[in-house]
Amino acid sequence: MSVTGPRLQPTLAERSRPGRGTPIVAHPPAGALDRIPADQRRSNPPALPELNEPEVVRHYVNLSQLNHAVDTGFYPLGSCTMKFNPKVNEWAARLPGFAQLHPLAPDEAAQGTLQLLWELEELLAEITGMRAVTLQPAAGAQGELTGILMVRAYHRDRGDEGRTEVLVPDSAHGTNPATASMAGLRTVNVPSAADGGVDVDAFRAALGPSTAAVMITNPSTLGLFESRIGELLDAVHAVGALAYMDGANLNAILGRFKPGEAGFDVMHLNTHKTFSTPHGGGGPGAGPVGVGEKLVPYLPSPRVVREADGSFRLERPGERPTSIGRLRSFVGNTGVLVRAYAYLRSHGTALAEVSDDAVLAANYLKHRLAGSYDLPFDRPCKHEFVASAAGLRRRTGIRTIDVAKRLIDFGFHPPTVYFPHTVEEAMLIEPTETESKETIDAFADALIEIAREAEDDPERIRSAPATAPVGRLDEATAARQPNLRWRAMTGREMPCPT
Amino acid sequence: MPFGPHTPDDRAAMLAALGIESVDELFADIPPALRASPLRLDPPDPEADLVDRLAGLAARNRVDLAGFAGGGAYRHYVPAVVDQLLLRGEWYTAYTPYQPEVSQGTLQSIYEYQSLLAELTGLDVVSASHYDGAAATAEAALMTCRQTRRARVLISRAVHPHYRAAAKTYLDAAGIVHEEVPLVGDGPAAGTTDLGALERLMADRDRPVAGVLAAQPSVLGLLEPMAEIGRLAHAAGALFVAVVEPVSLAVLAPPGAYGADIAAGEGQPLGIPLAYGGPYLGILATTEALVRQIPGRLVGQTTDAAGRRAFVMTLRAREQDIRRERAASNICTNQALLALAASIYLAELGPHGLRDVAALGAARAAELETALEAAGAPRVHPGPYLNEFAVRVPDADAVHRRLLDRGVLAGVPLATLEPGDPTVADGLLVCATEMTTPEEIGRFAAALADELGSAGEGSLRTDAGEAAVNRRIEVATR
Repeated sequence: MSVTGPRLQPTLAERSRPGRGTPIVAHPPAGALDRIPADQRRSNPPALPELNEPEVVRHYVNLSQLNHAVDTGFYPLGSCTMKFNPKVNEWAARLPGFAQLHPLAPDEAAQGTLQLLWELEELLAEITGMRAVTLQPAAGAQGELTGILMVRAYHRDRGDEGRTEVLVPDSAHGTNPATASMAGLRTVNVPSAADGGVDVDAFRAALGPSTAAVMITNPSTLGLFESRIGELLDAVHAVGALAYMDGANLNAILGRFKPGEAGFDVMHLNTHKTFSTPHGGGGPGAGPVGVGEKLVPYLPSPRVVREADGSFRLERPGERPTSIGRLRSFVGNTGVLVRAYAYLRSHGTALAEVSDDAVLAANYLKHRLAGSYDLPFDRPCKHEFVASAAGLRRRTGIRTIDVAKRLIDFGFHPPTVYFPHTVEEAMLIEPTETESKETIDAFADALIEIAREAEDDPERIRSAPATAPVGRLDEATAARQPNLRWRAMTGREMPCPT
Repeated sequence: MPFGPHTPDDRAAMLAALGIESVDELFADIPPALRASPLRLDPPDPEADLVDRLAGLAARNRVDLAGFAGGGAYRHYVPAVVDQLLLRGEWYTAYTPYQPEVSQGTLQSIYEYQSLLAELTGLDVVSASHYDGAAATAEAALMTCRQTRRARVLISRAVHPHYRAAAKTYLDAAGIVHEEVPLVGDGPAAGTTDLGALERLMADRDRPVAGVLAAQPSVLGLLEPMAEIGRLAHAAGALFVAVVEPVSLAVLAPPGAYGADIAAGEGQPLGIPLAYGGPYLGILATTEALVRQIPGRLVGQTTDAAGRRAFVMTLRAREQDIRRERAASNICTNQALLALAASIYLAELGPHGLRDVAALGAARAAELETALEAAGAPRVHPGPYLNEFAVRVPDADAVHRRLLDRGVLAGVPLATLEPGDPTVADGLLVCATEMTTPEEIGRFAAALADELGSAGEGSLRTDAGEAAVNRRIEVATR
């Protein structure tokens, strides 16, 4: 194994040389730790790398350049809404008044942040048609757990103890069934209808006195609006169950559909999808949850309360005994919420245009791919759509994974692949509203060109990517013989590659 | 729309290609009865107005105070390099490295995070990452149940109350019994986990314990008998979870050294701003024996088709997008950017810098203890601490409030943090870090002495009184 290719980097451990470092804080007085009992002290210092700042900077700048990112290029990762992340939002979150505020500062010292959080709750309630919103969940999946736990508490409070099942369509995000399990409930997977939508009859058959909730993503993970949602919600409520909406795809329906008005009882949002907070290489996000009237008593604590005099405060511990309690420490991913608030204020009444343009872009891109790829659902999509390389595979042997890797050579991040599982050789493509028509056309041209290459030069696609820092990886060995950390720290023992 | 690139011509061209007149036609599949009422929102803020609005809100927060609050979030110096590097769009505008060929930066940085935290904790497997210390603690408790196939968890009362509350939420949901281990009431070990009570709770063989959770340092700042707690847990066939604060691990024995099977903790002290509670960094680490139980992202080293070293997400069968209802957790989006911040912080400080941060905080805390005692607020507990401790102040909540007006955030009133514990009802939990200056300590002690004096023996609020107190404090801190 050669340790690095031309653009690859040695690890921090390999860069380390004993004795290097940058002075950051003053040296402590001698004996500062004498009062710590010897058996509680660390005998050997942690073997952290020793680098000076210029090396730290080179390391991380060079590493960063191995990433594809929204700031470097088109990133049509379906279901993730990789829209532009406004720079003013980053500035806002770093304002010392926000960034330096201690989470246990008393309410009177935190009025600015509390007001922002309260206003953000109001904005999100207006957008979703929900009665109230909690900002506590740190991400969508934690929001899902929050929502389902509130559903459980609601049923339990009514003495309705037998509701142990959550119905989930088979096209759902994996977080939905995983959430049901964490909430101590059993997942019932309901197959989708042939048109890609929820199969209302199959749901009706599965609904019953043991149904706690139905979790629906709308638009679905196929990028399709669930046109029969009204019927489905009626059926859910008729058996006494509640309806959860996975709001991952909210970017499609801003100003067009308010889940609370339509009859959903609870939903989560992903600020890092719809409201432009950065994805951060995997996080942080924030997963606010909106609820209808029935679930307001169960919202996590503490909530932000607005007093009659216009001041704000956090609920005291135990103030609202019906609450499901805490999901995390303090009040939430506040720094993320500042960015989401900035986004909403910068859009205001123009928010509906976000969805209009996102949906227009997705439909236009889908239209451009007709004839080159299978488009299994012949109806307008919302903000994303599923294309399939199933036909291409039958004709040429080229699979979705190959198309994805070849896209990298054209300078694009591949779409989400092999999801949803219900479509063979799926590519879930989401262009978002912040990409220009030129970019969308260039991406369509690339995909069309790859489909042509599949006929003429399939080997070129199979061996792609040719231009990325590394080629395709040996994932099997990584899983069979996990190497999850460096060993033999310090540059003395490891060769430092050049 | 602020960031939309489409000109009217672009839109017209796209609509024409689709053969439609208006974008409304693309929403025809929303049943008319279910269409949204108009959005009642304010007009958009242009950026210059937005900046004013946000700056105005930020200015309503008070961050000018001499801050002695800890309680799970700590004011540390963040080297400038951390944020400069985080602000590269290649980091913060990428997502989960699903396509490793174009994500080697994120993947290698995660592998390095895992390695750095492995060095700090003394445990070999680190997942990257969890929402915060509370969620990581809850996930750790669930891990102990999956591994032992038992359904009862014991949590020391000296674990942060928010973590206990989050663990309660997660464990209740999973139908797992959880009980709190009480603290020693008095004597030299007052405020630490009661080992006798722990032993009694473990003795019930019909209700075997999956895991025992204790914190080092504890929420009261005290050093816990972690090795003993671990021995008791293991003797009963339970796993031992250490809830840790990462900066302290530069100087305190790491979980791997005292036999912890899992370490959970809050990574905020590693270069992450206070930001009113988040985004922070949930640390979760374990032994190789438990690698298949750990939730969250793991990155492993491998090679590419040309034999070059590369990094990739691995052991994915634990994760929700593969395993669905049988996944180890529902976590998907995590706190990756904060894991990166922690890595840059650790790379910048190195082993000696981190030790200096921990030791300087300890030294400042000792000065704070002396000064507060001289001001009339003695420690509540006698045992050793690192950089955080509780002091006894009559009518602590009111004094805390009044000190705000004197520019001091006098720690955290324990009555608000631990409302269920009468033994600390008149306690203030205070901490010092390398950021704490002697001037701030002096300001706190003088103001406190004045408050206590005025409450007890008439007003000391005179220049002469303050000077006298300052002299006493100066002597005490020398």
